Amino acid sequence: MFKDLFQKKKYATIPSAADRPKRDIPEGLMNKCPKCGTIQYSKELEKNLKVCSSCSHHFRLSAWERINMLADEGSFKELDAALISEDPLEFPGYAAKLERERSNSGLNEAVVTGECTIGSYPVVLAVMSFDFFSGSMGSVVGEKITRAIEKALETSVPLIMFSTSGGARMQESILSLMQMAKTSAALAKFQSNGGLYISVLTDPTFGGVTASFAMLGDYILAEPGALVGFAGRIVIEQTIRQKLPDNFQTAEFNQQHGQIDKVVHRKDMLPLLTKLLDMHTVRRDVSYGG
Amino acid sequence: MAGELAFEKPLVELRLKIDELKRFGQEKGIDFSDEIARLELRYEQLKQELYSELTPAQKMHLARHHQRPTSLDFIHAIFTDFIELHGDRLFADDLAIVGGLAKLGDLPVTVIGHQRGKDTKDNIARFFGSPHPEGFRKALRLMQQANKFKRPIITFIDTKGAYPGNTAEERGQSEAIARNLREMAIFGVPIICVVIGEGGSGGALALGVGNRVLMLENAIYSVISPNGAASILWKDASKADQAAETMKITAKDLLAFEVIEEIVPEPQGGAHRDLPQLAEVLKESIKRHLSELSTLSEQELIEDRYQKFRKIGAFTEATAACAETAGEPEGEPEEQLEQSAEPSAQAQV
Repeated sequence: MFKDLFQKKKYATIPSAADRPKRDIPEGLMNKCPKCGTIQYSKELEKNLKVCSSCSHHFRLSAWERINMLADEGSFKELDAALISEDPLEFPGYAAKLERERSNSGLNEAVVTGECTIGSYPVVLAVMSFDFFSGSMGSVVGEKITRAIEKALETSVPLIMFSTSGGARMQESILSLMQMAKTSAALAKFQSNGGLYISVLTDPTFGGVTASFAMLGDYILAEPGALVGFAGRIVIEQTIRQKLPDNFQTAEFNQQHGQIDKVVHRKDMLPLLTKLLDMHTVRRDVSYGG
Repeated sequence: MAGELAFEKPLVELRLKIDELKRFGQEKGIDFSDEIARLELRYEQLKQELYSELTPAQKMHLARHHQRPTSLDFIHAIFTDFIELHGDRLFADDLAIVGGLAKLGDLPVTVIGHQRGKDTKDNIARFFGSPHPEGFRKALRLMQQANKFKRPIITFIDTKGAYPGNTAEERGQSEAIARNLREMAIFGVPIICVVIGEGGSGGALALGVGNRVLMLENAIYSVISPNGAASILWKDASKADQAAETMKITAKDLLAFEVIEEIVPEPQGGAHRDLPQLAEVLKESIKRHLSELSTLSEQELIEDRYQKFRKIGAFTEATAACAETAGEPEGEPEEQLEQSAEPSAQAQV
């Protein structure tokens, strides 16, 4: 008699894909890993600091996601939030694109800067966001970063910057280029005064940002798999007429070639930063083992 | 004349016509002197018209002219006793950058410049003037030397950009450029940079952090080559002329942006028409700037350079900020406004 239970009596008719009603999955409930294709709940992914549970792919983060992950709760005080770009070259379409980028990303520019504490240590933190104009550096990014550096110098606290950028912003041409000199000069002042600057490279960091403040850290860290370089793969392949290896310009590749200090998994980032900050805190009560 | 560019064609054609008429007159014994004088006058007028208002694209072509004087040409024309020094002491000697000691009048200086090749073979050896990290590190080594021995530094900028290759990436192209930018900011000697041809992106700037940045009249300087911009904007690198017009790359534009301090006039038709004359003008200009800077102390030189770059940028402090800070006591907000008022005088706050 139990057998009857397992006997199939009804058959379901499955409507063809065309007339099947679209299943109502709320936007953003699930996430597919772009690297391994694993589908996971967004909530799970977030709990995992947006790192794929199956292949450890580090998803890109917006500036605020990262700030919320790192800064002690409620400690972040934003600086220069209202700086916005002009259109100094009257570059066709630039003003409209800026408008779109602002409304799409909810950010005023490609970097968020502020004062906060990390593991109770006061720092100046600058975090770039690739979702605004591909993280490109124009006058505003250069100015905000320079002011952040000057703030760190003025208040004698360490500086931590997370970079992600497609490079200098073409639409401001020479003014964008000069931001490289401006930010680097500010770092020269800060660092020659004994200031601590930790630079963290995230996916992707290229061009004028890599070739200025991003590569000038006293310590240069990078997230696993992050692509970091000066020129892009396609440009290089066209120049040398060769196919480049798959791992070209990854954080691991850069570490192997001596360009960065350490590849750091996202879950280890906060503990490591805290440890570094701790090790740069001058303590009167610690003597040299004597 | 040789090496004419496309836009110079009407001039070349008129010259041919005049020569032909002269020859014809001589052969046939006919006096065309009135006619010839009229054509010569027309030729001078045309020349004036053509060269007085060159478009950005035309300047770009002049800046890239294969006969345009290179850094070594200028070094030999302006300085004496040039001693070329080689290598970065780490990896190699990058021929895309040259440098060494020289004398400007009686004054020992360090000179450094990007170096394009004179012919195909030379160009291959010099990577068409696009440096690898070892080139930038050689430049840095020479600048550190100059700083130690208190010699002014003169750089000549002429590159399409840093070399985009895998080996350059592996050896730290970004780091090499970044380090130059940072170190140049804190040398206690006068630094004068001259854009003589094409100033392309970070590879140009890596020799470009000076107290004074001068530009030859037809030189160009931009964040990305017009060809690169065209391929991004219109997916077509051949539209470089169009991009050149958009990108504000000429000496005049950069003077207006206060990125450069002076435009050095070129002989009519471009630098390659009369190098000795141009070298004389440039030499006087370099000397004048050096003598102005000679009154500054080491610390003042560093501060002068810092302020030059610090003020570059165009941005607006949005009104939201004003509303937010309106209730707060004065101090910081005011300071911010002051800072923004300087670089963006036209800010529509």
